[in-house]
Amino acid sequence: MSFWGQALEIARVDLTVERRLGDTMRIVLPFAVVALIVIPLALGSQRSIVQAIATGVFWALGVLFGMQVALRQSAADTPERRDLQALLGVDPAARFVGRVISGSILMTAFLLVLALAMALFYAPRLSAGGWGALALSTLLLGVGLSELGTVAGEVTTGLRSRTALASLIVAPLALPLIVGASQSVEALERDTGILPWILLLVASDLALAVIGVALAKPLEEATR
Amino acid sequence: MEAIVDLIGVGVSLGGRPVLRDIDLSLASGEVLGVVGPNGSGKTTLIRTLATLTSIDVGHGSVLGAPLAGNQLREVRRRIGLIGHQPSLIQELTLNENLAHVAKLSGLDPGRALRALEIVGLEDAADRRADACSFGMRRRAEIARLLLTKPDLLLLDEASSGLDDAANGLIRALMGSTTGRGGGVVMVSHDAAMITELTETVLSIESGRLGAAR
Repeated sequence: MSFWGQALEIARVDLTVERRLGDTMRIVLPFAVVALIVIPLALGSQRSIVQAIATGVFWALGVLFGMQVALRQSAADTPERRDLQALLGVDPAARFVGRVISGSILMTAFLLVLALAMALFYAPRLSAGGWGALALSTLLLGVGLSELGTVAGEVTTGLRSRTALASLIVAPLALPLIVGASQSVEALERDTGILPWILLLVASDLALAVIGVALAKPLEEATR
Repeated sequence: MEAIVDLIGVGVSLGGRPVLRDIDLSLASGEVLGVVGPNGSGKTTLIRTLATLTSIDVGHGSVLGAPLAGNQLREVRRRIGLIGHQPSLIQELTLNENLAHVAKLSGLDPGRALRALEIVGLEDAADRRADACSFGMRRRAEIARLLLTKPDLLLLDEASSGLDDAANGLIRALMGSTTGRGGGVVMVSHDAAMITELTETVLSIESGRLGAAR
């Protein structure tokens, strides 16, 4: 089977498992939406403040809960499944790409639902371009967080304190993604140029993809 | 005749603790080898080393012609079949989906999954999720997986534990078909009577050292 055939098959199975388990959409997402609703309720009738903080709250909750999604997905890769894939001759880089594809789809869907909830409960004053920048940044952030979670999962495979270590890896490395995503929308609204922030997101995504693919095989052998 | 497995002076440590020591082992084409030993003696580590899933620290050797320390292991792994302690099925997929997934990743026709399930008597449970199946059914599904992929080196780690006579018959058939194709079989268990009954050559393992069976 070709590299891309393996990657797409792994992504397909990951999404089937997620659809049946519902970890992201039935467990993480409701909590994220509740957290999103609590803030306007606490601020009461001060509508202008709620509108002003809308995108900031969205990015904060999106990253916070998005990391949960990324880490849950990376932890779902069981040793038995990894062994089986190794014995079927699956290319470790194809496995990385497959997991990033499924994670990105999941993460982007999660962030888009959260963005819809933000639009509904906060009614932010965003221009059409602002909404476009938000959608593009959300997509790039989703891909980046998924790559980060997958890399962290690979690095910490087989370690006892895997979850704690993965969090320590993901949190600081997510900073360029968070800055790029949040500043792109702000820059558009301030009319100061969105391109540098979008480039930061694209560069971060590409760098993580290269790191993940390059490290996939050495990391797999190192955990043997 | 090609040596399926050839280990010389192999040692493996896990977490700094030596688990296998000075292992010399060879398995010829068509041979069935049994290794018997108590819990914690190194049986599973030996099987994982033969499956190239655990790397060696000392010694050298080859599996299916590929050096254990070399770069050709990924290609060789396709020719190794393993039944371990825990069935390696994806719990949220049906048995048929699990086998079709394996078939696709192996470059085989996924339509053959159902036929393999029929052979092991699981055609009626093909659409049942793995987490809704009994241990014995999941074991049968693993046997079906190996009937599908036809490995040249079959590794069985306590594979017969908890199985009824019919399922044990399927394992015997799987072993027979592997050796019939010129492959080799290594089976480990704590059950000396079962190992003696199923295998031609029996070795014992204790504290990570292989010896002649008592």
